[in-house]
Amino acid sequence: MELDSGLTAWMLTSASLVLLMTPGLALFYGGMTRSKSVLNMMMMSFGAMGVVGVVYVLWGWSMSYGESVGGFFGNPFAEFGLSGGNIFAEDGSAVIVDGLPTIVDVGFQATFAIITVALISGAIADRVRFAPWLVFTAIWVTLSYFPMAHMVWSGGLLSDEGPFASIASPIDFAGGTVVHINAGVAALVLALIIGKRKGFGREPMRPHNLTLVMLGAGLLWFGWFGFNGGSAYGADGAAGLAWVNTTTATAAAILGWLVIEKIRDGHPTSLGAASGVVAGLVAVTPAAGDISPVGAIPLGLIAGALSALAVGLKYKLGYDDSLDVVGVHLVAGLWGTLALGFLATGERGLFYGGGVGQLAVQAIIALVAIVISGVVTLVIGLAIKATMGWRVAEETEVAGIDLGEHSESAYDIAPARIASEVK
Amino acid sequence: MKLVTAVIQPHRLDDVKAALEAAGIRGMTVSEASGYGRQRGHTEVYRGAEYTVDLVPKVRVEVLVESEAGTAVADVIVQAAQTGKIGDGKVWVVPVEDVVRVRTGERGAGAL
Repeated sequence: MELDSGLTAWMLTSASLVLLMTPGLALFYGGMTRSKSVLNMMMMSFGAMGVVGVVYVLWGWSMSYGESVGGFFGNPFAEFGLSGGNIFAEDGSAVIVDGLPTIVDVGFQATFAIITVALISGAIADRVRFAPWLVFTAIWVTLSYFPMAHMVWSGGLLSDEGPFASIASPIDFAGGTVVHINAGVAALVLALIIGKRKGFGREPMRPHNLTLVMLGAGLLWFGWFGFNGGSAYGADGAAGLAWVNTTTATAAAILGWLVIEKIRDGHPTSLGAASGVVAGLVAVTPAAGDISPVGAIPLGLIAGALSALAVGLKYKLGYDDSLDVVGVHLVAGLWGTLALGFLATGERGLFYGGGVGQLAVQAIIALVAIVISGVVTLVIGLAIKATMGWRVAEETEVAGIDLGEHSESAYDIAPARIASEVK
Repeated sequence: MKLVTAVIQPHRLDDVKAALEAAGIRGMTVSEASGYGRQRGHTEVYRGAEYTVDLVPKVRVEVLVESEAGTAVADVIVQAAQTGKIGDGKVWVVPVEDVVRVRTGERGAGAL
C-alpha cells in the first residue's frame, strides 16, 4: 500500500499534540494543589509518561490491537516489542495500512494511554507515595486501559463487531469510555481505597497558582485537537468536523460552567472557566466525529453545567477526589457518551430521526466500561494497599509531599544553605 | 513625643503620604502588614467550596512627632485614609520616652 504523506504528517502532528496534553495536565493539576504538593502532582504525570511510554511498545500495542483473546484483550505476546510483523516487515521497512505506517499509529495510541493514566492522579493528590503510583500505572494500564482500548477500538466486546452492535453500532470516537469513564471510575475507586487527605473539609486546600491552571487548560485544549482531530484518521473533512466540534463544545462548556457559578456562588471564576474547558473537551471526545457543530453547543453547555454541579458531590458524599477527576471526567465522559443517543447525526440519535437503539447501546457500553474499570481498579488498588501501602507518613503529608517524596521544593521561599562543600 | 501608628488600606498610602507631607511631617516608616478587624477578611470560592481568608493585606505607617502634634497628625491620616468602607483601618497614638538620631546622637525633639 502506498504511503499517504499528508495523512502521515497529520498523524505524527496529532501524536505530538496528544503527548503535549500530559505536561499540560501536569500544569492544570499542579496549579490546583497546595504549593507544598505541586511537584509531586506534576511528577505523577511525568511518571505516567515514563512508565507507559516504555510499557506501550513492549506489550501495550499488542494487548490493544493484537490478536484478540475472546474480544476482551489482545494477546500481549503476539506482537511483544512490536515484533509480530504487522508493524515492521521482514526487510525492516514500515508496514503501511490505508496509507499510514502502523508505527505512526503506535506512537499516536501510546500518547492516549499515557494521558489516561495521568488523569487518574488528580483524585489522589498530596498523599500517595511515588513508588506505588508507578507500580499502579504499569498494572492498571495493562489490565484496564489496554483491554478497554481493544474492546472499543479493535473489534472487541464494545465495538461495532461486538454483541451489542445488533442493537445499534456503538460510538466512541476518541475515548469517552476508554479514556474518560475508565479514568473517572478508577479515580473514584482509588480515592475511596486511599482515603481522604489529612484535614480534608476542615483545612483550606485552595489552588496555589491559578495562572498555572489556566495555562494547563489552554495546553490541554490545544493538544486535544490531536486527540479528536487525529482520531478521524485522515487529514480531511472528518478531522475538520472533529476540530470544529471540539472547539464549539468546549466554548459552550465554559459558558455552562460559568453560568452555574454565577447563579450559585455569585462570581464567574478563572478556575471555573479552566474546568469548563476540560469538561467540554471530555464530553466531546466520544462525539467529535458524529455530531453537528450546532449539536456540539448543547453537548458542551450541559457538560459544563453538569460538571460544575457534580464537583460538589465529594463534600456531600464524603470522598476526597482531590482535583475533581470524578466530577469532571466521569460525569462529562458519561454525558458525552450518552448524549450521542440524542445528538448523533445520520439518523442515529433521537433528535436526528433515530430510535432509542443508539441511546440504549451507548448506555450499555458506558455501564460495561464502569463495571470493568471499577472491578479491575478495586483489585489493583487493594493489592497495592496490602503489599506496598499507598500513603506517605502523616508528618510527610503535613510538611509537604514534595519535600518528603522528592526532596525538593517548588518555590524558593525559605532560605537554604550549602550543607557540605560544593565540588 | 508621640508615636502615631496607622494601619490603613494599601491603596490609600499615596494620599496619606501626600497629606502628611502637606502637614509638615518630614519622615515616616511604612511597612507591609496583614490582619483583620471586625469584617474578618474576605471569602473566596473554588469550584463551589468557600474559603475564608482572614488576613488581608494592609499598610502600616508610623510617624514620630512632638507631643502636641499627635492628635492633629492622627486626624490628618484619618482624613486621607478614609473611604467609608469596611476595612479602612485604625490609627493610634502612644507616648514615646526618648528618641535618638543614630547619625548624630541628638536626643528628644531635636532628633525628630
